[in-house]
Amino acid sequence: MDRAEVDTTIRSLIDPFNKKGVEITDATSFANDLEFDSLTVMDFVAEIEDAFDIIISMNQQAEIENFGQLIDAVTKLQG
Amino acid sequence: MADGPASGDLFSKFDELIAMREGLLAGGQEDPFSLVMEQVLSPTQAICNGRNTILLGTYNYMGMTFDPDVIAAGKQAYDEFGAGTTGSRVLNGTFYHHRDVENALKEFYAMDHAMVFSTGYQANLGIISTIAGKGDYIILDIDSHASIWDGCKMGDAEVVPFKHNDLDALEKRLRRVPEGAGKLVVLEGVYSMLGDIAPLKQMVSIAKKYGAMVLVDEAHSMGFIGEHGRGVCEEAGVIDDCDFIIGTFSKSVGTVGGFCVSNHPKFEIMRLVCRPYVFTAALPPAVMASSATSIRKLMHNGNKRADLWENSRTLHSGLRALGFQLGTDEPQSAIIAVVMPDLEKGAAMWEALLKEGLYVNLARPPATPANMTLLRCSLCAEHSPKQVQTILGMFERAGKAVGII
Repeated sequence: MDRAEVDTTIRSLIDPFNKKGVEITDATSFANDLEFDSLTVMDFVAEIEDAFDIIISMNQQAEIENFGQLIDAVTKLQG
Repeated sequence: MADGPASGDLFSKFDELIAMREGLLAGGQEDPFSLVMEQVLSPTQAICNGRNTILLGTYNYMGMTFDPDVIAAGKQAYDEFGAGTTGSRVLNGTFYHHRDVENALKEFYAMDHAMVFSTGYQANLGIISTIAGKGDYIILDIDSHASIWDGCKMGDAEVVPFKHNDLDALEKRLRRVPEGAGKLVVLEGVYSMLGDIAPLKQMVSIAKKYGAMVLVDEAHSMGFIGEHGRGVCEEAGVIDDCDFIIGTFSKSVGTVGGFCVSNHPKFEIMRLVCRPYVFTAALPPAVMASSATSIRKLMHNGNKRADLWENSRTLHSGLRALGFQLGTDEPQSAIIAVVMPDLEKGAAMWEALLKEGLYVNLARPPATPANMTLLRCSLCAEHSPKQVQTILGMFERAGKAVGII
């Protein structure tokens, strides 16, 4: 999948977690804009991991603060 | 500068927590986190904040803290070996009793190697951070104890959590680990917040299928789960497939200290490379002598085990009959977690129980799963049947007063 396809897939996965209906851009932050707590992060990451059959370790998650960085990371991780 | 630091104060990050605590205490709430035991009368009773109190929030599962043999062994070591070691285990800090307690552990677990740390926290911190290095993967349950998480954080391995007790989630992650990478699966026998146990039979088998090493923390099961009290992994019949078992002396053993037992042929090298073992002082000889005596007594304790399980079952069914929501449907360990509607009610209930003369643990986020507030009850083999009935009466009165049941 190219970056645009990854973006589309993850946008659909994030919907159930985006309780306040925040508009998602590359700059949207998970902690501040989406207010994800650690449990939500785990569930959301698990959805992405299953959809792409990848591992996003906590070490990698620590580098990901916003939506754009997530798309970049997943695009790269699919190898 | 009389006003103190304004900007740049490194303590600003704690403001929210400070405000929450002040709000709680302003309502006249007794502070759940600064209780003092002025006198300890027995494993199950103490004078707390001036009141005669039944203890239902310690990890003194087998009541060994006041065992006459355990105390006598400690006193003798005090007299003969002095108050402390003043040094590291690898330098001047290994006394006769440190070796003896490691031998007692090898006997207890029927394993080749035992290594004693100054605390259980350090045992997890040291073993996990040392054996899983750069490029290795640690796959761990999301509800793991803080010492496991801190061990992960201190090391250089990739850290991959999975949903609590979820076999499928564990297997998927193991399957995705890159070819050739080292894998360590970290599990606990009993999870201490809800008192639930792990399906170790299936989990260890999955881990082995993918060639992972397995570390199991059996802190909350020693002495009363499994045929020889070796833990949930023994009960599940998979202890031989567990590469490392972590445990503690501060629960069933009744003293303080942590340990790792293993059959790994190269295990002894850990004594030189494991920094939380090397760069700290060894425990006092009296603690080691008491621990060794206690561990050997725990090998022959059928009656105490039976009493502890009886207490756990009676409290669980009694609380449930009163209408409390519990962490597990059946009593799976010596921990019974009572789920509170929120922190405010939980704190009020905790205080009402303390005024009744009962101490339980108040557990709150982030230590708890799913942001729950819990009143955690941990039983002791020495609680009498009458005390357990008294406890249920206290829960009933407090629960009605606070409006939880």
